[in-house]
Amino acid sequence: MEHLPLTFLLLTLLGYVAGAVAGLLCLRAEKLANYGSFGLASLAALCGVVASVSMLAAGTGGAPQTVQLLPALIPYVRFTIRLDPLGLFFTLLVSLVGLALSVYSLGYARGFYGRKNIGVLGAFFNAVLLATTLVFLADNAFFFLIAWEIMALTAYCLVSYEHEKEEARNAGVLYFVMSHIGTGCIMLGFLLLFQASGDYGFDGFHALGDRMAAGPRNAAFLLFLAGFGVKAGIIPLHIWLPVAHPAAPSNVSALMSGVLIKTGIYGLTRVLFDFMGTPPNWWGVTVLTLGTISAVLGVLYALMEHDLKRLLAYHSIENIGIILMGLGAALMFLHSGHPVLASLALIAGMYHTINHAVFKALLFLGAGAVVQATHTRNMEEMGGLVKRMPKTAFFFLVGAVAISALPPLNGFVSEWLTYQSLLQGFGTTSSLIRLMFPLSGAMLALTGALAAACFVKAFGITFLAQPRSAHAEHAEEAAGPMLAGQAVLAAACVFLGLFPTTFLRLLDPVTQQLTGQQLSAQLGLANGLVLAGATATGGTVSTPGLLLMAVCLLPVPLGLWLVLARGTTVRRAPTWDCGLQGLTPRMEYTATGFSKPIRMIFKALFRPRREVQRDYDFSPYFAKNLRFDSHVEEVFQTRIYRPLTWLVWRMARKMRALQAGSLQAYLIYIFVTLILLLLFAL
Amino acid sequence: MKPDAIAIILQTGLLLLLAPLVSGLVRNWKAKLQNRRGPRIWQTYLDLWKFFRKDMVISEHASWVFSFAPHVVFFTAVLAGLLVPMVTVQAPLSLFGGVLALVGLLALGRFFLALGGLDTGSAFGGMGSSREMTIAAIAEPALMLAIFTVAIAAGSTDLSRIVAATLGPDWRLLNPMHVLAFAALFIVLLAETGRIPVDNPATHLELTMIHEAMLLEYSGRNLAFMEWGASIKQLVLMTLLVNVFLPFGLAPAVASPAALGLGLLAYLAKLLVLAGIVVVVETTNAKLRLFRVPDLLSAAFVLAGLALFSTFLFQ
Repeated sequence: MEHLPLTFLLLTLLGYVAGAVAGLLCLRAEKLANYGSFGLASLAALCGVVASVSMLAAGTGGAPQTVQLLPALIPYVRFTIRLDPLGLFFTLLVSLVGLALSVYSLGYARGFYGRKNIGVLGAFFNAVLLATTLVFLADNAFFFLIAWEIMALTAYCLVSYEHEKEEARNAGVLYFVMSHIGTGCIMLGFLLLFQASGDYGFDGFHALGDRMAAGPRNAAFLLFLAGFGVKAGIIPLHIWLPVAHPAAPSNVSALMSGVLIKTGIYGLTRVLFDFMGTPPNWWGVTVLTLGTISAVLGVLYALMEHDLKRLLAYHSIENIGIILMGLGAALMFLHSGHPVLASLALIAGMYHTINHAVFKALLFLGAGAVVQATHTRNMEEMGGLVKRMPKTAFFFLVGAVAISALPPLNGFVSEWLTYQSLLQGFGTTSSLIRLMFPLSGAMLALTGALAAACFVKAFGITFLAQPRSAHAEHAEEAAGPMLAGQAVLAAACVFLGLFPTTFLRLLDPVTQQLTGQQLSAQLGLANGLVLAGATATGGTVSTPGLLLMAVCLLPVPLGLWLVLARGTTVRRAPTWDCGLQGLTPRMEYTATGFSKPIRMIFKALFRPRREVQRDYDFSPYFAKNLRFDSHVEEVFQTRIYRPLTWLVWRMARKMRALQAGSLQAYLIYIFVTLILLLLFAL
Repeated sequence: MKPDAIAIILQTGLLLLLAPLVSGLVRNWKAKLQNRRGPRIWQTYLDLWKFFRKDMVISEHASWVFSFAPHVVFFTAVLAGLLVPMVTVQAPLSLFGGVLALVGLLALGRFFLALGGLDTGSAFGGMGSSREMTIAAIAEPALMLAIFTVAIAAGSTDLSRIVAATLGPDWRLLNPMHVLAFAALFIVLLAETGRIPVDNPATHLELTMIHEAMLLEYSGRNLAFMEWGASIKQLVLMTLLVNVFLPFGLAPAVASPAALGLGLLAYLAKLLVLAGIVVVVETTNAKLRLFRVPDLLSAAFVLAGLALFSTFLFQ
């Protein structure tokens, strides 16, 4: 019995391998490839959920168990995994989302029949799930980096899966370049850690920061922040994210936005809380500031999008920002010696991590179903889908309420925890720096309200009112497996929203490992019905309580109906059209129009440009033809990356002289470098 | 601390019955101040009664979201009201949520209100939704920062505790932190309840309308729930303002009927004063252009920031 969870975990890994092999074996039989690879992936992910939940629920006392997967073939490289709570928590995340995505893919891949090779898709899909799971479980830096690279490369292949589209190819290259800049930073960071510890194992890295000199320690912090920040999509390193995520097939977009960017969060948490010891204050301040900036700018850019998948991708940046606010606050509390508060902030961050994984994957799956049905990603050509795809619409609405941090769903719970930790953080120091907490809280409020505005737009324009194009008019409900995949995630949103105190028990081992605290008993009051801040006086909230109360209030409207409205009838009639000849979809409010007030208010950031061309006979107010073009400048693209790319090109042109194609010359370079290194080593 | 069934029922009743009266009162006083006779103060009740008895016309373009939205608006407003202390220091449902839950519930109502506006495909509805969400978004930071300031002073987000802390021996009428935070929240109140200078509650079919634009297609009992929900929301926000910043006169958590009566009188008196201020502001100001509203709300944000800052200076 004791080894049962471990068996399940190994089955997970084996299942992904089998799924990848099944995909490759059935390259020519697309139905078989679909059922084989995605079916095996579903089973493997299910095993992963069971294994990680049971191991987390059992709690882990003492040193984490390690398991050698493959015999050591090369010196230094040990293919061992470790079963510690932090890794297992993220394994739960990848398995849960992976399960829903694999089920969804069984239906979604049918859309590619006859057009694309399903075997390849299935094989890479399994491979990326395997690599991601291994990233979370790796026991040493070498194995971690190998898994990290496999993950990045397979994800690259999936982004450019539809390589006949130029957009997908460009997105793939951008992702590839940015991802490797990040990996380079991470490698350098690990080298610095290796220098101090003398070993690549994660055990040797534990609390290493306290023994390091300030210089290398700060350098390692910055390198890891940049390296993992690229993966997580922290502004200003986010540039690849809104390009690459939408270009991939939708099940892969969901995986990338839901899980892959969380590897960055995992890396940061692992390094900052496990390896780096007690942090100096400016680390926390930096992370909190970056988080706040990412949250606000992410949602502002999301509002400007009318490409449904790009909109969701920008929201990932926002949510990564919210997660970082929790982590940054936790670092600041660790610095000031408040482990309980640090645990609360860390829990807030981790809770939001799994929440975002769940609702963002759900939203991408919904978007995938819509895109498949309407053949467009442009929201302006959708509309009216709530009648044509009622189930997809309902699941998308659940995701939209959750991501807008509205009660009673899960986004509200994790943001509530974040607010609590920020508010209580005010009392931890008496310096002016404490003003940061309420100000970040206010920015979090701004983010939440803008996200709500954005999802009113996303849901309202996509699903409500009249269809805006023929494609939308003839859209049909998604296939069964696609709905099942969405249902799993929607149920997870509801569970995480209504039963937070139950779920928090799984986080106990994680905080025990990282900060030495267990808070679930303090956070759950009244038999787990009520969620409390770290102290009982700090504030309480109960999403199930509020829902129950709403049910108790039901007699009020019911009674009024019965007493007053008895005998009234309901008539259907067209929407009032101001006396014109019927309302057409062209008169509806557009996504661009919806976000115009925001665009005008924040015009210093967006620098909106618009071009209007009118053809008219006698008065510009009665135009025969109107062309409207609206454009928003992406500051980071134009101000930072374009000059940078230009610089790189110029340098590359200069370097070309070195790389003239002569083999002898290359050998001399290598020889000279070797000599120089040897001299340097002396 | 435990939710008390009697207190919940009493406060629900108070919310449901008092809210239309306050709306009617404001409308009546406004008319009086402008030398009009104006509607009777209980006109709002009659309107609600009338709406409930009318047949409904629902747009054929609309979906279930359209009819679901009024109920969400109504329920979230009532639930939010149960989190605020009205007559006694203890809010009946404070265990289930504090001020963060209150803001969240109102946001949930607004979310569905805006979806309802978009659902019929009318350009008016979409315009109203767009503006409502925009103004709410820029009002939110000011609202939260002002709330944080009092929450930090009380060390809790639980409104009952905040009120109890304000009621303590240190309370002074002109505490700068309270004055500044009150001013910020007052501006947010005007914005959130759709009052001049942000929105004009008396307008129909104008291109400047915000809240009314989203309600254009509603009729019958759906409209009744929308209107009722809006007036309850207004009452909740006004209660928040008067009881958090001027907590005197509140009955203790366990009180005799006489004390409760006294508490109710004090509460009503405070409410009337605030309603009077709203009337004066509405009458003496013109509606702002939509793109001037952010200036007003950023002023609220700055005021809230100053309130926070003043906790350093006047400790």
